[in-house]
Amino acid sequence: MRDRLIFTSQLIFTLLVASFLVVPAILSISAGVTVNYFRGIQSGVTLQWVAQVWELYAGTILLSFVIAFATLALTLAVGVPAAYALHIRGGRMSRVVEEIITLPLAIPGLAIALALLLTYGDFGDFRRSWLFILVGHVIFTMPFMVRSVMAVFATIDIKTLDESAASLGASPWRRFRDVIVPNALPGILAGSLMVVTLSLGEFNLTWMLHTPLTKTLPIGLADSYASMRLEVASAYTLIFFVMIIPLLVAMQLFAEKEAKR
Amino acid sequence: MSAQAGHGAAVRIDACGKTFADGTRALQPATLDIARGETLVLLGPSGCGKTTMLRIIAGLELPDAGGRVLFDGKDMTPVPIERRNVGMVFQSYALFPNMTVSDNIGYGLKIRGVPSKERAERVAELVTLTNISGLEHRRIDQLSGGQRQRVALARAVAIRPGILLLDEPLTALDAALRDRLRSELNRLLRALGITTIYVTHDQSEAMELGDRVVVMQKGAIAQIGTPREIYFTPRSRFVAEFIGAANIVEATIEDRHLVLPGGRQPIHCDVNMPAAVAMIRPETIRVTSAGSASLSGTIDSISFIGDRQRLVVSGASNRLLTVDAPNTLRTRPGERIGLSISPDAVRLLPPES
Repeated sequence: MRDRLIFTSQLIFTLLVASFLVVPAILSISAGVTVNYFRGIQSGVTLQWVAQVWELYAGTILLSFVIAFATLALTLAVGVPAAYALHIRGGRMSRVVEEIITLPLAIPGLAIALALLLTYGDFGDFRRSWLFILVGHVIFTMPFMVRSVMAVFATIDIKTLDESAASLGASPWRRFRDVIVPNALPGILAGSLMVVTLSLGEFNLTWMLHTPLTKTLPIGLADSYASMRLEVASAYTLIFFVMIIPLLVAMQLFAEKEAKR
Repeated sequence: MSAQAGHGAAVRIDACGKTFADGTRALQPATLDIARGETLVLLGPSGCGKTTMLRIIAGLELPDAGGRVLFDGKDMTPVPIERRNVGMVFQSYALFPNMTVSDNIGYGLKIRGVPSKERAERVAELVTLTNISGLEHRRIDQLSGGQRQRVALARAVAIRPGILLLDEPLTALDAALRDRLRSELNRLLRALGITTIYVTHDQSEAMELGDRVVVMQKGAIAQIGTPREIYFTPRSRFVAEFIGAANIVEATIEDRHLVLPGGRQPIHCDVNMPAAVAMIRPETIRVTSAGSASLSGTIDSISFIGDRQRLVVSGASNRLLTVDAPNTLRTRPGERIGLSISPDAVRLLPPES
């Protein structure tokens, strides 16, 4: 009887906490498909806001994905070899470099953006192009890729695997391709998942770096909240959810499959 | 694979020392010649520099300036490991988890551009040789420790290396398996006849596998010799105690006899020394009756081992003496016995060690 009481109260508490977190999301999504939010859901359900958002922000959404995957490509191309080199070399210099790569985690995005603006703001064409935002995102997401790949290296004794491949005659590039990357795959996947979602959701840095013509999803969201009906902004949130959740699930499944292998 | 003796390269290590970046001296400059087809064992406790020496030969470490590594007289010092054509077995085996057993064995051949048909034949040959038939398509995490060891060996040998380097290949295995694989490995190394350098801290492995054994201590070579030389004529107390069981006896010398608390022991002694440190192996001591013996003591304890019994005798020397007696000898602790030791069996060691 007493156990049952404890279980019930725990269940109620859990549900309350969960609903505290979930209800705002549900309200926000439902607002996006309500004709008039102030009159409530009885005013009718519509997709007109979603359509409006799509009309206004399709370019922004597209650009967001372009930037996210370009960021992923760059962090993969630079971060994985960097993690390999840092792990194999070891020593104090490697740790200093690792610290420097990790630094953007601790520095506010605004400060990074400000530094980029001060340094490269005068290069007009670069400043106005989406590549400027890309640079910011790469700086911000690089530590996540490097760290998660290095974490895998630490668990599988990659140094000895590398040495044994070398003893069999493999050049550094062959070793990297045949042995290092395949065995670091779980870390690379975890890193990729983080890089893409962080890039899609990044606001601080992007807000400082964007121009009216180079906006990403979260910037567009802020824009619509600031200047349009609540229903439009909510519809925007809905689109954001629809875009990012399948991506998250797909990458999670991929990572799980890889872990089971 | 033909089974003729004397394959591979002759190795010369010339004044190779190793000081690490933090200043620790892992290896004193050492010079060593390894003949074509010879199996040389580097033996010593952990931290003695044996693995460092192996890694210098492999090309995984550079020797300090002035040191050189030569294969068949050719200076290989600046050549990276991937171009030295060495086969290496690591203590952890370092098999590639992303490849099957046969892909692991064939990897070195693939790198060398060997066509897949020829590669498959060579892999099959090695699978048979190392006795792992049926495991070809297994993943590495589906193998036992002994199977991994064989795959690692097959992979190292597949590329027909000039030199085979083995870094404690049996240490990761349990004792019973280690004994079995040791004799298997011995047969395989004899059959391959390739120049082999084998690192171990286990003296019985060194004895069984080595044509010659290099005993190392604190980064320096303590003694080089055949297993028999190392065992019967150790050059220092360290070597004597590291190889097999040894009684170390400190005594004064009088008229070609060691003067001991339990009596006098005749020795061969050319020079006139006042005192000596001597080594006596337990199996060279014969138990006799106490009455007539020139050296005697009291049995402290007896351990019956099976093929022999090990007696610990007090009162004969200045410390306890270990004696291997036949398993049929009937005796008990507390009994007084005589000890007969041939002068040939007493090995005088340099006093400073």
